[in-house]
Amino acid sequence: MKLERTSHIISVLVENRSGVLARVSALFSRRAYNIEGLSVGPTQDPEISRITIVVSVEGHALDQVIQQLDKLVNVIAIEEMHESSSVQIELLLVRVSVTAENQEKLQALVAQHGGKVAEMAPTSAIVSLTDTSAKIEALISALNPFGILELTQSGLVAMRRTI
Amino acid sequence: MSDKNDKKMNGAASLVRSLEHAGVEVMFGIPGGAILPAYDPLYDSTIRHILVRHEQGAGHAATGYAQATGRVGVCIATSGPGATNLVTPIADAQMDSVPMVAITGQVPSGAIGTDAFQEADIRGITMPITKHNYLVTNPADIPQAIAEAFHVAASGRPGVVLVDIAKDALTAETTFKWPTSISLPGYRDHSQPKQGDVDDAAALIAQSSRPVLYVGGGVIKANASRELLALAEASGIPVVTTLMARGAFPDSHPLHLGMPGMHGTVAAVTALQKSDLLITLGARFDDRVTGKLSTFAPVAKVIHADIDPAEIGKNRKADVAIVGDLKLTINLLLPALKAQYAKARPDFTVWIKQVNSWRSTFPLGYDIPKDGALSPQYVIERLGKISGPDTIFTAGVGQHQMWASQFISYEKPRTWLNSGGLGTMGYAVPAAMGAKVGAPDTTVWAIDGDGCFQMTNQELVTCALNNIPIKVAVINNESLGMVRQWQTLFYNERYSNTDLHSKRIPDFTKLADAMGCIGLRCERPEDVDKTIEKAMSINDQPVVVDFGVFRDAMVWPMVAAGTSNDEIMVARELAPDWDSQEL
Repeated sequence: MKLERTSHIISVLVENRSGVLARVSALFSRRAYNIEGLSVGPTQDPEISRITIVVSVEGHALDQVIQQLDKLVNVIAIEEMHESSSVQIELLLVRVSVTAENQEKLQALVAQHGGKVAEMAPTSAIVSLTDTSAKIEALISALNPFGILELTQSGLVAMRRTI
Repeated sequence: MSDKNDKKMNGAASLVRSLEHAGVEVMFGIPGGAILPAYDPLYDSTIRHILVRHEQGAGHAATGYAQATGRVGVCIATSGPGATNLVTPIADAQMDSVPMVAITGQVPSGAIGTDAFQEADIRGITMPITKHNYLVTNPADIPQAIAEAFHVAASGRPGVVLVDIAKDALTAETTFKWPTSISLPGYRDHSQPKQGDVDDAAALIAQSSRPVLYVGGGVIKANASRELLALAEASGIPVVTTLMARGAFPDSHPLHLGMPGMHGTVAAVTALQKSDLLITLGARFDDRVTGKLSTFAPVAKVIHADIDPAEIGKNRKADVAIVGDLKLTINLLLPALKAQYAKARPDFTVWIKQVNSWRSTFPLGYDIPKDGALSPQYVIERLGKISGPDTIFTAGVGQHQMWASQFISYEKPRTWLNSGGLGTMGYAVPAAMGAKVGAPDTTVWAIDGDGCFQMTNQELVTCALNNIPIKVAVINNESLGMVRQWQTLFYNERYSNTDLHSKRIPDFTKLADAMGCIGLRCERPEDVDKTIEKAMSINDQPVVVDFGVFRDAMVWPMVAAGTSNDEIMVARELAPDWDSQEL
């Protein structure tokens, strides 16, 4: 996912209760904020989940997003993740066309980008990469000449750096 | 309440026991299939249940009760249509920050999601219009959900909490255990203001020369009227009270400039426009107050005090923000300000002279129809005068609401109840019912329009049967009057679908009679006082007075929607004559 200048990563700790994802996503739609990416998953505490949201807003609106999120009773904590001070990872799966002739070329290219060929079929291959948005963009560009048949990406997850 | 904790019972009994523990004295509702188990233990409860005629009435009654008393209002309905009929009053109460708990029955948990009979996902439907909501499917969770619901509804910025309970959770055996503590890790208490912010505010005030106390409904929610009075008098700063804040500061006070906004007084609107410092207390810069936002109070700095941090900077940037309970805030601000004044007392003499001249030059007023027809403003003004400052007034939405806000003098908080944010036509009668239940010894007048009245008048049956003797003044201009006014001003007097013919049909006095109320009619100015006095003399039955009024009366002043407050009109095509005014 390409991060625009106005994109912000908001990491939200929520109580793991039914309906909490609906509350958070409905808040974005009713306040007219556009979600670019979303991922939800467990944390070290089974009672608490983390929702990572990439939202495209300007400074004033970002403050409003955070304040409005904070009003949700099931939202425990909100943190904005900055590119310089956090590790940010997302996952790519992409199916590309291959032929007997360019299979090895694909293997080499994917290895060079730090990805994996998860399946090699006679006429297509599934490639996976877990990395930053920029690295994922780079691999997609490199795979373009093969012919991209199908592409799916996870939302971004992030963790603040200690140093 | 005297029973021991940890008692075996079904979920329904646990619900009723929980409501008793939460201190509920009255609730408004209608039973139905999914909620029916709860009505059986309710039959034996100390809680008074008032059987309304439409769930919307239950919701607005709970709202009126809460607005009049400051306690949490409670309404109850069954699943599906019962619950969806609560949607409007829930949205209404949430917009006006009214503490309310709505209880709804839900289809049995095994049937949820199957489009079962009378199934509606009311938790999903009300997510955007509640402060919080619950779906309870385990009977053991009922006491905790009810305890949390009342805590969340009443604390912080008040709001609505809905608790939806599956029928099988009501019928299953459980152990009642009232929670000893509430654990809501994500629910933050913002009530304590920061001294540093208060000091910054006091410093700004001391440096200002044209300050205004811009007072919103939050002052009433925080029960901070007495503190506000002390602040205004100690600081010598003029006050405007928004539609939701009418009564927060005495109308008769010399520092009071009236209501700001679309139909505010020239003095209040202009004082905000020319101010160099808005001291905003529990108000939210609503579009009906600011007009075109970019031109609102263009040179003013802003102090914004509110218990909801999300309101700070939402519409207007704050130079100093104070997040906290307003009573605590003002109690800190007053000594901080006195300390500032001790160093150098700012001189507001010129400013006070200026705002007073606006007030005396552009008072609220209205034309008396030349043909002897009844003026709606006159009726409302007389209602206020004759009924007096202890009376609770409720209003519907439209012209009559604005006139009731303008021409009645409110001296005390919680005497003016209306639907400010959502603008819900039909609010007046059920809200008056709820207010009268909460304040049975107080005269309660619903000032309603003939359009609004036809939306919710069925609750007069509830009033008549339950000894809730409210009084209703129907300001009958046989039109959707405010919409008609906009058609007059902005749609070339093309009156598309605003003529209600309510002087012909229905006959409101007969309708009142049929519903067990006294019906009176008044069409001549000379009959107004004696008709109001007659209505005031009846205290054992609800009274409906049909005031047949002049239909072309309009609400003035007016700032047309989307325009600047600088373009306020005191009458049609008549801007104030600023040339004669020093600005």
